[in-house]
Amino acid sequence: MIARFLLPVALVLAPVAALADDTMPPAPFAYRQLADPAKEAKAKALMETLRCLVCQSQSIADSDAPIAGDMRNQVRLRIDAGEDPEAIRAWLIQRYGDYVSYAPRVTAATWPLFAVPLMLIAVAAAVMRRRFVKRNAA
Amino acid sequence: MTKSEAPRAPGWTLWLPLALFVLFVGGVAISLMLPKSNDINSQMIGKPLPAFSLRPAADGRPGLATGDFAGGKPRLLNIFASWCVPCGVEAPVLAELQRQGAQIDGIAIRDHKDDLNAFLAKNGNPYQRIGADDVSAVQLAIGSSGVPETFVIDGKGIIRYQHIGDIRPDEVPMMLAKLKEAES
Repeated sequence: MIARFLLPVALVLAPVAALADDTMPPAPFAYRQLADPAKEAKAKALMETLRCLVCQSQSIADSDAPIAGDMRNQVRLRIDAGEDPEAIRAWLIQRYGDYVSYAPRVTAATWPLFAVPLMLIAVAAAVMRRRFVKRNAA
Repeated sequence: MTKSEAPRAPGWTLWLPLALFVLFVGGVAISLMLPKSNDINSQMIGKPLPAFSLRPAADGRPGLATGDFAGGKPRLLNIFASWCVPCGVEAPVLAELQRQGAQIDGIAIRDHKDDLNAFLAKNGNPYQRIGADDVSAVQLAIGSSGVPETFVIDGKGIIRYQHIGDIRPDEVPMMLAKLKEAES
């Protein structure tokens, strides 16, 4: 009888068991803030713009994945050691590509994203100018 | 002036917005149909292994340091963990690679010694050295984003190839070829 109730529960829990995680305690600075509020603010700002590698639509500040915790640990330790946040971002981009950063850069692949809106604004300005100038002349 | 500007017959420009729209929809449709990959390729291929020195992760095997890869022969560097299910699946494949002459070192991610000893006792131990990476520091330094991953490191310590996910039995010849390639 009990098995009938437990089976659905077991089925619901089964995928969780398949996604086994480690049992190590989180890295020292995964969840602990830096003592210096200014440094912690710098670290927080950087962590919010770094992308978690396994939970791919979250920042490492938002994610509880172990590797995100290890990344926060590394970010905080390096900021505490006086490293510049953008240097840490560059270090990660060197390893994982632009993928890891939520702050877009202008590259050979991304320049149209920046150029097209400017072009559209220029075209719109030209069209509007022509119309308004004509109307005024008439 | 306004009189002379009588509406002209619309030319091809009338169709331009529609054409752009169709182009856009087509692009989206093609992107939707292409299989999505969640792999994040390491950008460290062709670069030297970062400097590290890891304590032994399991009994009976020494730890692992960058200098261990300067021996002149290519080696496999397997990033794994006892808590990782596909790593257990991959173990017999690594054993087969070892049987065919591959030199394999391991880095155990966020692992307890007891768990790892049990894992190796159960699945076999193809590793010559196993370093313990408790805070994923070396994993981040080489651009690896999960377990298992396997890197080919040449005899000078340069990262030559990254395999993401467990190596399947039919990929053994490919991995051996990558090792061979790394000899030159």
